[in-house]
Amino acid sequence: MTATDLPATDASHYGRFGGRFVPEALIGALGELEAALAEAQADPAFGARMAALREDYGGRPTKLYLAERLTAHGGGARIYLKREDLAHTGSHKLCNVLGQGLLAERMGKRRLIAETGAGQHGVATATIAALLGMECIVYMGEEDTRRQHLNVVRMQLMGAEVVPVTSGTRTLKDAINEAMRDWVTNVATTHYLIGSVVGPHPFPMLVREFVKVIGEETRVQILEREGRLPDAVVACVGGGSNAMGMFHPFIDDAGVRLVGVEAGGEGLDTPRHAATISGGTEGILHGARSYVLQDDYGQVRPTHSVSAGLDYPGVGPEHAWLADSGRGTYLAASDTEALEGFRLLSELEGIIPALEPAHAVLPALRLAGELGPDGVVVLNLSGRGDKDVDEVERVLREVRGEALGAEATS
Amino acid sequence: MSAATPTAAGARAASVEAAIRAANDEGRAALVVYLPAGYPDLAGSRACLEAAVEGGADLLEVGFPYSDPLMDGPTIQAANQVALEAGLTPRDDFAMCAELTAAIDVPALVMTYYNLVWHYGGTERLEAFAVDAAEAGLAGAIIPDLPGEEGGPWRAVADAHDLATVFLTAPVSSEERLAAAAQASTGFVYATSTMGVTGARETLADSARPLVERLRALSGRPVCVGIGVSTAAQAEEVAGFADGVIVGSALVRAIAAGGPSAVAELTAELAEGCRRGYPG
Repeated sequence: MTATDLPATDASHYGRFGGRFVPEALIGALGELEAALAEAQADPAFGARMAALREDYGGRPTKLYLAERLTAHGGGARIYLKREDLAHTGSHKLCNVLGQGLLAERMGKRRLIAETGAGQHGVATATIAALLGMECIVYMGEEDTRRQHLNVVRMQLMGAEVVPVTSGTRTLKDAINEAMRDWVTNVATTHYLIGSVVGPHPFPMLVREFVKVIGEETRVQILEREGRLPDAVVACVGGGSNAMGMFHPFIDDAGVRLVGVEAGGEGLDTPRHAATISGGTEGILHGARSYVLQDDYGQVRPTHSVSAGLDYPGVGPEHAWLADSGRGTYLAASDTEALEGFRLLSELEGIIPALEPAHAVLPALRLAGELGPDGVVVLNLSGRGDKDVDEVERVLREVRGEALGAEATS
Repeated sequence: MSAATPTAAGARAASVEAAIRAANDEGRAALVVYLPAGYPDLAGSRACLEAAVEGGADLLEVGFPYSDPLMDGPTIQAANQVALEAGLTPRDDFAMCAELTAAIDVPALVMTYYNLVWHYGGTERLEAFAVDAAEAGLAGAIIPDLPGEEGGPWRAVADAHDLATVFLTAPVSSEERLAAAAQASTGFVYATSTMGVTGARETLADSARPLVERLRALSGRPVCVGIGVSTAAQAEEVAGFADGVIVGSALVRAIAAGGPSAVAELTAELAEGCRRGYPG
């Protein structure tokens, strides 16, 4: 299929997905946000300020690195890593929070609220709030505040208030609900700095506009290196911001496969996974129509992934549209495959990845094998793995009874 | 499942507005009571809803618990969670409603979130929910996360099954949006008194009265005020400018404190407030 076969879409919908399913009290704020984005994008001063901060403060553009040992291990196509792990705060998330922070400043809203699961988006939001001198409140599931204590401390060090969420299942989805409730109440003074390409319009579009720099840089860099576009770009998908950032600039290039990798947890044949597109059904969650992990009645199900950043029962509506139209391919990688990817990248390249992009390593290797030595694959390495080291050690040692690399061979 | 066959054309949906106007004709604001299905359990929720009618409620809103109720504050969330953890489904909630509506003489509406409405009945989608709502004797639906621009498909189905559709309005809504909501609502227009989620507040927001006045200027539909009304004094205040007063969280707390008799007692106090405050 080619890009022109895709169903018609407008700014607020992607095919039949997306939209704005929220209480009336938020409709005005969503309209205001959409208008502010359009004005900002038309203002060269906004673009210049964002570009300068991305570069000087954020460390962009991030490098595109040819992973030779990983390529040799795959025995096929050349595998490049887009090094989002080298950006400030250690992941792609700064692009989004910087853009939204500057937009909030422009709207005169000096109170930022955010949800966070593992804490990466919360840390990024706290970072930008400190940079711009704004108040910052981060909602985080009570259970996550215990598991990710280090990130709680990071946020607090930068002046943010972390609010443990005890409602519902006490996880990321409930943190989003709580942030929405705060926003309904304080919308006049507050910007909800959502962390992914999810939520009611204009959020999926707005976040994508701020993260698509990933794919735009990749496009320039791969043309310099290879003289052509890649055969495939591969990225992990939870809510889907890093993947959409990578995919979007390639949507019209029919020769570039867009491959999203979801969290398969303990397997799609069990209830313990977070593979929304592969294992979910159509529904409405957090203000948008998309795919959702839910029961027959539409009650949202608990999810599981070894990676907290992918542990979310929804997915961005634009991903739902790419999947539904066939333009994108969405696979699932299990916890075990993610740990294997984590290990391979650490041992072969000396790069400890976050558990989220570690999900994409084995699918990228398989794809490289299929494409053969003339192929080119880009894997979006969306974040670094320092935050996951304790969890990986715990899982390998306690749960699987395995030793870490050096011990295993000594 | 048979197609819905209203007893008289439009009688079911029209009963909602009629109940509010009947109260107004008797010199009081209508009292609208919200309680969730399945709290403290299914039979208990029915007993509490019936107690509200005994206490003087003119209209009931039966909440169908949803896993992600982003318009609800802590009190209603906690009650919903009890019902969800007991494994109750919308099908169970409808069964309870069928028994309830057979036993009472005031209209009852379902209040729930759009994902449950859209999912119900698999591929029949909205149709199946409307059919079962009508068969359970319900008079309409309030869907707080369904704004007018996304509400077309549900409105069409609700109209076909003679169910009233109530849209929410907020103090920040533009004139165009208020007009559209007033136009699209059948039964009544829901004015949210303040910016925020459900739950008791010590004082009523100043934003309620101007919102009601703006809606009055736009349509002849009854306007009921909800969110943050929990005491007889607040009901009295709202009755001074609105056609109906909606109370939820305070009654949910009454269930925890004293079951159906506490619900009947508080409802009677609120009803008295609705009478005292009504002009003329």
